[in-house]
Amino acid sequence: METADIGKTFRRLDYETKVTGAAQYLADMQVPGMCRGKILRSPLAHARIKHIDISKAAKVPGVVAIITRDDIVHDEGIEPYYGPVFHDQTIVAVDKVRHVGDPVAAVAALDIDAAEEALRLIEVEYEELPPVLDVHEAMKPGASLVHDAVRIPESGFADLAELKPIEGTNVCTHFKLLRGDIEKGFAESDHCFEDTFTLPATQHCFLETHACIASVEPGGRITVWATTQNPFVVRTQLSNIFKVPVSKVRIIVPYLGGGYGGKVYPKIEPITVALALKAKRPVRVVLSREEVFYTITKHAAVIRMKTGVKKDGTLLARECEIYLDTGAYAEIGPRVAKKSGYTAAGPYRIPNLKIDSYSIYTNKPPAGAFRGFGVSQSAWAVESQMDIVAAALKIDPLEIRLKNGYDEGDKFVTEETLHSVGLKECVNAAAESIGWEQKDRQGDQETRRTRDLEGTNLRRGKGLACMIKATITPSISCAVVKLNEDASLSIYAGTVEMGQGSETALAQIAGKELGIPLQKIQVLGVDTDVVPYDLTTSSSRSTFHMGKAVQLAAQDIMRQLKQTVVKEYGIPEDQIDFADGKIRLPETVLDYSEVMTKRFGMRGGTLVADGQVKTSVKNEYGEKSTSAFWFVAAGAAEVEVDSETGKIKLLKYATAVDVGKAINPLGCRQQLSGAAITGIGQAMFEEIAYDNGQLINPNLVDYVLPSLGDMPPVIDPISVETPDRNGPFGAKGIGESALIPVAPAIANAVFDAVGVRIKDLPIKAEKIYLALEAARVKT
Amino acid sequence: MKKTISFRVNGIERSVEVEPRVTLLELVREQFNLTGAKLGCDIQVCGACTVLVDGKPVSACSVLAVDADGCDVLTIEGLSGKNSLHPLQEAFMEFGALQCGYCTSGFILTAKALLDEVPDPTEQQIRDYLAGNFCRCGCYQEIMQAIKNVRGKT
Repeated sequence: METADIGKTFRRLDYETKVTGAAQYLADMQVPGMCRGKILRSPLAHARIKHIDISKAAKVPGVVAIITRDDIVHDEGIEPYYGPVFHDQTIVAVDKVRHVGDPVAAVAALDIDAAEEALRLIEVEYEELPPVLDVHEAMKPGASLVHDAVRIPESGFADLAELKPIEGTNVCTHFKLLRGDIEKGFAESDHCFEDTFTLPATQHCFLETHACIASVEPGGRITVWATTQNPFVVRTQLSNIFKVPVSKVRIIVPYLGGGYGGKVYPKIEPITVALALKAKRPVRVVLSREEVFYTITKHAAVIRMKTGVKKDGTLLARECEIYLDTGAYAEIGPRVAKKSGYTAAGPYRIPNLKIDSYSIYTNKPPAGAFRGFGVSQSAWAVESQMDIVAAALKIDPLEIRLKNGYDEGDKFVTEETLHSVGLKECVNAAAESIGWEQKDRQGDQETRRTRDLEGTNLRRGKGLACMIKATITPSISCAVVKLNEDASLSIYAGTVEMGQGSETALAQIAGKELGIPLQKIQVLGVDTDVVPYDLTTSSSRSTFHMGKAVQLAAQDIMRQLKQTVVKEYGIPEDQIDFADGKIRLPETVLDYSEVMTKRFGMRGGTLVADGQVKTSVKNEYGEKSTSAFWFVAAGAAEVEVDSETGKIKLLKYATAVDVGKAINPLGCRQQLSGAAITGIGQAMFEEIAYDNGQLINPNLVDYVLPSLGDMPPVIDPISVETPDRNGPFGAKGIGESALIPVAPAIANAVFDAVGVRIKDLPIKAEKIYLALEAARVKT
Repeated sequence: MKKTISFRVNGIERSVEVEPRVTLLELVREQFNLTGAKLGCDIQVCGACTVLVDGKPVSACSVLAVDADGCDVLTIEGLSGKNSLHPLQEAFMEFGALQCGYCTSGFILTAKALLDEVPDPTEQQIRDYLAGNFCRCGCYQEIMQAIKNVRGKT
């Protein structure tokens, strides 16, 4: 058995159970006596509920329980309002429905047919209200209000404390950032560029829909099997809603069939628990594909960006307004808007800034976290405009990025010092991978002729984009590591394995410290009764935070072993060495199991250690710290565009990500190319379509996902390693990085190919065609 | 009214009574507890529910169980041998052709059907044959590598 190591590809621990079909995902699970639950959803975007009649539905044979607003507002034991930032959500609609698909009632029945029949028989009388369906309309004075008032919890996230809804408006939050002197910055600029960029709402489309099983024991103990990325946050929220201590709420999370941000914060857990409570039996709710579209989306955005530059391409000033459509409930939209605002300067030094980033309520399904978390939105504008500037000033797009991009030690927009930013290495590596040539970019006719396919309408172009992103700070990860009597290891970590390979990475880290092979390490499943606290599996944070917690715990195990050797064998500490999973003493070599036997007097016992990682807005060096670490990445695309029809083909995509240190190199490549492929979908075809508030494509035929047929012949995932001073073995987070640059890189490549600038995602042939037509009319 | 159907599932002869409207996916998942095939889209486009019926890949979410009467059905649970995994399962692990694993049984079974039909497919044939399977984690490149590595060997 090979000892675990870092920087080496090991077969993932979750693979054998997954390739054989043995892995149990939530919808594969049943508990004895379980009912099936279904949710009745609003057909209207905005309406007052006048009356709900469940009398016919209750008579359907097999129906066990029905919940409506009457069950949650009149029950002393239930606090009906919840939500991660503001308490604007309810288990089922109380006064109004605020989007198509908003839950109005739910049924638990012995089988799914009875539950569906009962849904059909629930009679709801609505009084329609004018819906607000667009961010600008929502901000107009006199606009219909999505929420008349918003409940603000007493204690919330520290990083969002200053953000509050603006009363009497649909503005959920307004984040402001000022730096330098914006007027002076524009006055000193040689050129100003002003553009508006837009992007639509999209959906995560994890193949596993949200699902939940809930069981409430007599006495109030709640057990929930949930498809969640942050079980401890769901535990807190359920504890508040059902008024029990967190010790009485148990959240169990099996492997997830994808998350991508769409499974953070409570989704269907409150409604499922409420059903189980009333039914007095366990209830399972599994959402249909359509329902997932009503549950969570990615923020659509409108971004106006004005940038002042010097003749040589030096960025001097930027004014930017970002309008993010957060839908009917705040969810985590306030933080998404804050992160968009922070990154509206991109990964560039811009001394003068005025940024306004809004999350805005509308009568659409809620928008929340999506891999890229606000930075996908800002980067679409930042990186598209960067090429507009470069083209106008006739500067190479690579050069203008290298000229303005962050270096180690530069100040971020928050005035804090940046460390471990391999931005330029990423930009250069991505550019090199697609054969970026300076003279071609400067419009050399000879080079251009050779790359375009002569005698055809096909034109080729190359584009670049890059980004910087923060991770959620402050945050907490705790881990427990147990050394068993046979020198095998058990790791207790609240990190949810949703495909990212966290189990294997954590095992490699512990195994490397202790010199134990992966075969002897078990990473336990996530169960809040068993594993210690972890804030969330999101924000690309787990390898860094939980990896570090596991590392600290493993080191503590070594310390305990050492103490035992000192005590039991009388060897001074400085003569004890660890190597290859053994303890080397001057005269002899001991196995861990021998030391354990000596310590406990017989074969048995357990060594237990914990590791705690907490990050704060001030780091351990006393510096301001908006992010525990920074991640940077670049993407480079080569496209072929038909200059007659606008048809676009992606020929190659290179993604270079600063991973700090690759723990499992194949795992890194999977995350990089996987995120890039999601980015390709978002760039080229994904879009939620609405017709007067009705979501008209909530299925995988009309909402198009990238498939093998859409893949470019080559995707090149490049891991750049700029070690982080705090990460385990220098590692940083990588989950989101590769997605963010994709759309602007492709838009920039399209511009390079045919000279038209697409400012509205997705970049479809039709839009390119129309832009080409418009350009033809002009000339 | 229930109908009795007889068929082979993973090599075992089975005879069951089913409502005519029950899908093959519901039958294998809920009655036989073979949960490797997943419900993804419910409209025959994502491939997560793929099983092989008489060797051909079908979307079990959109096939009625009664239509499998007399057929030979293979699910992912029936693919590996007693002591060894199928070469495709080995290759998927070696090349990292999965992340969350939700699409994996569908991809492996579709790839098996392809290799049974065309033992040494071209890259384009693989792309075309698997165009009806989605991998949202984006392991397409690794899936291609895994299948290319197995082609001509099964």
